[in-house]
Amino acid sequence: MIISVASGKGGTGKTTVATNMASALGEGVRLLDCDVEAPNAHLFLNPEIGQVEKVTTFIPEIDDDLCTACKKCAEICRFRALAVVGGKVLVFPELCHSCGGCVEVCEEGAIKDGKRELGTVESGTAGDILFSHGRLRVGEAMSPPLIKKVRSINGNNSITIIDAPPGTSCPVIAAIKGADFVLMVTEPTPFGLHDLKLGIEAVKTLGIPCGLVINRSDIGDNGVKEYAAKEDIPVLLEIPFDRNIAEAYSVGKLIIEVQPEWADKFRDLYNRIEILARC
Amino acid sequence: MKVAITAKGVHLSDEVDPRFGRAPYIMIVDTETMDFEAIDNSENVNAFKGAGIQAATMVSEKGAEVLLTGYCGPNAFKTVEAAGIKVVSDVAGTVEEAVEAFKTGPVEYSTGANKEGHW
Repeated sequence: MIISVASGKGGTGKTTVATNMASALGEGVRLLDCDVEAPNAHLFLNPEIGQVEKVTTFIPEIDDDLCTACKKCAEICRFRALAVVGGKVLVFPELCHSCGGCVEVCEEGAIKDGKRELGTVESGTAGDILFSHGRLRVGEAMSPPLIKKVRSINGNNSITIIDAPPGTSCPVIAAIKGADFVLMVTEPTPFGLHDLKLGIEAVKTLGIPCGLVINRSDIGDNGVKEYAAKEDIPVLLEIPFDRNIAEAYSVGKLIIEVQPEWADKFRDLYNRIEILARC
Repeated sequence: MKVAITAKGVHLSDEVDPRFGRAPYIMIVDTETMDFEAIDNSENVNAFKGAGIQAATMVSEKGAEVLLTGYCGPNAFKTVEAAGIKVVSDVAGTVEEAVEAFKTGPVEYSTGANKEGHW
């Protein structure tokens, strides 16, 4: 069972929901923090990191002795990572999306495997939970390959909970595609609703069943609930705007640590997801 | 000598466009005869990324030796530099005025990009 915890808007409580659900379920759970631009699940789970793996991606490296400046590589590159001027090929590594098209069309075999570092994947354990997260290299713009690398860490667990990045662009798709269920976390405000709709559209396009957690549920207005009813999206959990919860968060504590009765609520949340995912 | 100038229109009386990669037109002007060709750059205007690189490649293929423009980013500068094209930035006024100013001098060539890359 793979559950991606996503949102349209940032700061709605994805990490809060993902870490509390993972912790409440305990053994057999793997938490993958795929918000690689700003991973923060480790602040709440305090994992012991055992393995650190550097992740690189292919970029073309030109062998000037073999290159005839025929321009085929530059012509096929839709990201313009290659340009031919003054009889030489220029490479712009940061624009490259690693498709390998340039290698395919080069008749001279002049394009060698170069590498650009994307970031690191760190893995370990947090109590009974298996934990991995990605850290995008500062200055790197392309996160999906690193997210896919984090997601490739697998085995020995029955439940995978993915903490996805916010938004609806490529990194989010990389973090939710192929999941059995997407749990959308939102807040009941016009801003929350606006971005939730965008997120739900993306999830529906991928054809993945989804449900809602409404965080800070006693603020704002009724818009999110009305939308959920209209779209037939189940509201699976509501977390109130509670000072005690906010204080726990501010010192890196889980809700279930300061209010143990929430462990049952998060286990219930998982049970409801399991039923919905199998429908 | 052929110079490339970023322009808002297709006439010598049109304004210089301060952007290089995403200028609507790039004029290739012969400084001796004032013969010119206005190249439609609309494909680059809407490019996802790499507009400056593409424009620089095109300017190089047209045989321009100097580029007169407003701003030139790092990737565009790297490309024109590799092509052996000199860059004069912060150019304003009409295309004709820019060419005249270049011809009468003094001319100060850029030693690097004067604009950050777009993300």
